[in-house]
Amino acid sequence: MATFNEVGPGKPVTESARVDKLTPKSRITHNLRAIIVIVIAIVILVPIFVMLNTAFKTRPEVVSVPPKVIYTPTLEGFVLLLTERAIASPAVLEELQAAAQAGELGLFDRLALKSGQEITGSSEYVTRLRNSVIIAGLSTIASVVLAVFAGYAFSRYTVIGKNDLLFFILSTRFLPAVVVTVPLFLMYTQLNLHDTHIGMILLYTVFNLSLAVWLMKGFMDEIPLEYEEAALVDGYTRLQAFYKIVLPQAVTGIAATTVFCLIFAWNEYAFALMLTSETARTAPPSIATMMGRGGIEWTAIAVGSLGFLIPVVVVVFLLRNYLLRGVTFGAVRK
Amino acid sequence: MFLFLGNYSKESYTLAEKYMATIELQQVEKKFGELHAVKPMDLTINDGEFVVLLGPSGCGKTTTLRMISGLETVTSGTILLGDRNVTWLHPSERDVAFVFQFYALYPHISARENISFPLRAQRESKEVIDQRVKEVAALLRIEHLLNQRPGNLSGGDQQRVALARALVRRPEAFLMDEPLGALDADFRESMRAEIKQLHIDQHATTVYVTHDQIEAMAMGDRIVVMSEAEIQQAGSPIDIYFDPANLFVAKFIGSPGMNLVSADYTQGVVSIPGTENRYPIPDGWRSPIDESVGGEGKIVLGFRPESAQLMAEGPLSGEVYASELQGAYSVLHVNVNTDDIVHIRTDRKIDYPIGTIVHFDINPQMVRFFNPETEAGIKKEVSQ
Amino acid sequence: MSYLELQNVTKEFPGVIALNDVTFDVQDGEFFVLLGPTGAGKTTTLRIVAGLIKQNEGSVLFDDHPVDDFPPAERDVALVFQQYSLYPTMSVYDNLAFPLRSPMRKLPEDQIRTKVEGTAKTLRIEHLMDRKTANLSGGEMQRVSIGRAIVRDTRIFLMDEPLSNLDFKLREALRVELQHLQKTQGSTTLFVTHDQIEALTMADRIAVLNRGRIIQIGTPEDIYDRPATTFVAQLVGSPRINLVKSQREDGSLLIENSDLHLPMPPDCEVPQEVLLGIRPEDVDIVPEGEFSGQVALTEPLGVETVVHIRSQDQTLVSLMPGLMDFRTGDEIKFNILHDRLHCFDLDGKRVQIK
Repeated sequence: MATFNEVGPGKPVTESARVDKLTPKSRITHNLRAIIVIVIAIVILVPIFVMLNTAFKTRPEVVSVPPKVIYTPTLEGFVLLLTERAIASPAVLEELQAAAQAGELGLFDRLALKSGQEITGSSEYVTRLRNSVIIAGLSTIASVVLAVFAGYAFSRYTVIGKNDLLFFILSTRFLPAVVVTVPLFLMYTQLNLHDTHIGMILLYTVFNLSLAVWLMKGFMDEIPLEYEEAALVDGYTRLQAFYKIVLPQAVTGIAATTVFCLIFAWNEYAFALMLTSETARTAPPSIATMMGRGGIEWTAIAVGSLGFLIPVVVVVFLLRNYLLRGVTFGAVRK
Repeated sequence: MFLFLGNYSKESYTLAEKYMATIELQQVEKKFGELHAVKPMDLTINDGEFVVLLGPSGCGKTTTLRMISGLETVTSGTILLGDRNVTWLHPSERDVAFVFQFYALYPHISARENISFPLRAQRESKEVIDQRVKEVAALLRIEHLLNQRPGNLSGGDQQRVALARALVRRPEAFLMDEPLGALDADFRESMRAEIKQLHIDQHATTVYVTHDQIEAMAMGDRIVVMSEAEIQQAGSPIDIYFDPANLFVAKFIGSPGMNLVSADYTQGVVSIPGTENRYPIPDGWRSPIDESVGGEGKIVLGFRPESAQLMAEGPLSGEVYASELQGAYSVLHVNVNTDDIVHIRTDRKIDYPIGTIVHFDINPQMVRFFNPETEAGIKKEVSQ
Repeated sequence: MSYLELQNVTKEFPGVIALNDVTFDVQDGEFFVLLGPTGAGKTTTLRIVAGLIKQNEGSVLFDDHPVDDFPPAERDVALVFQQYSLYPTMSVYDNLAFPLRSPMRKLPEDQIRTKVEGTAKTLRIEHLMDRKTANLSGGEMQRVSIGRAIVRDTRIFLMDEPLSNLDFKLREALRVELQHLQKTQGSTTLFVTHDQIEALTMADRIAVLNRGRIIQIGTPEDIYDRPATTFVAQLVGSPRINLVKSQREDGSLLIENSDLHLPMPPDCEVPQEVLLGIRPEDVDIVPEGEFSGQVALTEPLGVETVVHIRSQDQTLVSLMPGLMDFRTGDEIKFNILHDRLHCFDLDGKRVQIK
């Protein structure tokens, strides 16, 4: 029987490949590795899948044993999460039922009607989510903008004590967040920043700045100096050279940094819990503790998690190429 | 059988003993998608020969080398090393040593450890390893550097360590990918002579890739000129230089390359269009040219810079475009008509300002002609 | 009146003196080459002239006016880099137009277009105007870089090893073009390189730089025929000059480790021990030569042949025109041309043979 060593692979190889990567044995190991990775991915994705299911089930279906895999999806969880309800008085009940029969009632109202409730407005979850968007978004923008300039300065200029400064900036990430929450709490209360949007934005910006500066400095280092020098010699000022030459080339780095900062700020839990209460509370602290009439509202929590998950997933998916570059950029040195 | 097991621990190694290390490429081809990186190629490299693959960037020479080493697969064809078919063998099973352009030395270990690395990988005994490292270091005169890290060595020394690492394995063949490319000009010159001397002593089969035709001429037993994925000509340096097979080889070899002037041919006289220049065809060329281009038509006149002689009055003339002093001699660049510039090698004391009209003649022994359509060289009649 | 002058320029970086008291001038319309090995300080010099870094001592003058306080934009120089000079996010046209669009100049777009097209024509890159720079070959990229420098019509061109990254044949072609361009446009050019062929072929004058010091300034002939030190002698000339230690011995110079005696005129003043420099083309292999040796190695280059000759323990390199039919080990006879010898004392400085 002819071995691979004698006849080679079945069809002609028209891409760049090393011989030892094409032997049947290495093919098998390659496929095996792929299978293992897929299995691990599935295992990791199972909770997400469960969460998806839970979001669309009814309350009894969620807790049933054995767990129901086939079910009719419903938007009950959405109603529970996104609206404030109150038990409707009999008069209102009758009105609503009449409207439902006439086909004039919205979907959410009908669902609420099923348990004899009427909708009185949107729940605080919506407010929380909005807070998350505002606070995480603005702090990300702030930290990235500042980091772009700081990274450029660290990369191009001779800063006195540059290495010490950089280390100091990095060292802020050594601390677990919870260690500083109490002093921060005291500080914030004194400054009347407790439970304010601006307070949280400031906090997230500062915390993100260390990672952002380090990332941007790395990206700026990769842009050869010769481009700016050519622009300087051609008659541009430093700032003009920065805008016209450096920034366009730093776009991928900026995107990667943005993603990292956004993820941190969006998911942040400890500070959000300690330093906010009503006005500026973001989504993470509230989702886990959603209590309803009869205990923990699983469907609402599932929907809340989903709603919290989706914006970030969408953003990261759109910027996925930049993210990959951001992860590997330091690994291969020229 | 012995070869197949990769058993290389012979007791006493005299570098003159080698296995039959002929490399043969049979219709070897490489495609990247639709792009033909190497068109089907036949090449035989004899035992102990130093063969240079020469060509501009992108001609396929490095890809060919990598296919021989196994770092790249072939799309079709067969590679034989000795009597083994190695086309699909693991790179480490082929028994070839590869020397890279950028040394590829392990930076975190000393030179000695770098050199002994391949032997340790083959699990040779400690005495054998020490012995061979010493031999090879003496050969390349790097004994005093053995304990240094590559980062502390100059480019030339690093390349010597890389060569030692290749030599210490005593492979059947050496494959070198532009090893002198990263070195300064003076290092390049001395390393060139060293590698050639090494080859004369060791007589190992070597395949050497470069784009520098001076290196190729100086070192090669045979040169394989490649362009656009195929072999343009394969032969000894003298053959390539004095009898180029086509326009590409004529232009590529030589610094500057052969002068190639498009001209009209009628009745035994070549005339350069747009000028008064007329060059009578020397003996022995008339019939081959008639055969190739017909009695009349277009032809390409070729002559090397050193075969042209400046004189007060001559059959050819032109206007000086630039003049270069190159050290021991000068090169004059002359416009023979609006499109063609020829280069003439002259004595260095002569300096012509731009615009001077100069006359010259071509040594009849060294003139060549090419067919402009096929681009092939026309062979002179061999006199009886 | 000189166009560019450096006076006693010194530049220090932490731990190393990059330039040490560098003084030279470049005349109007001259092609001046700074030649030296890697690390000699050539790029540093260029950047100081451009204004990208500031020197510690000394001054730079354009037309006798010190420009030390001017930022790069105001010095009106053009700089061609070795690599990474074309803005990767723009097309070739935009790259060429970029210098003209600088806010300092305020040129209207149609004038910019005329200039860009004129430059493209000179360099024969009109067909590349709309391409992105990433899709160009090495030679085309370098042409565009040179174009970007020319388009501004500045008074001084600075070039930092622009041909080093090109293929051998491309380098040859571009060398001739650059030289022709410079001569016809009459632009003052300061060109930096480590390749001695580039220096010899293109320069009106050369300054040899080593470790931050100027070793010699002169025309290519001066540098080649009368090198001031062994360093300069070894730097130019391919193959390298033979440098052998010799002793004076009653009326002749004996080359160390060999039996080669070179007759000296009786009244000549030469120290006891000298370093003798013999250019390979001055070692002539002829059947009736007065010296004998064996062929150690031959390198047939077609137009000429390099022959390594061994005489006892000494090796001499000879450059012979055309083909030489020698095998390793052949016994040969050769001459050394007496009137072309270079003498250096043991420190490397030139000694005149009277």
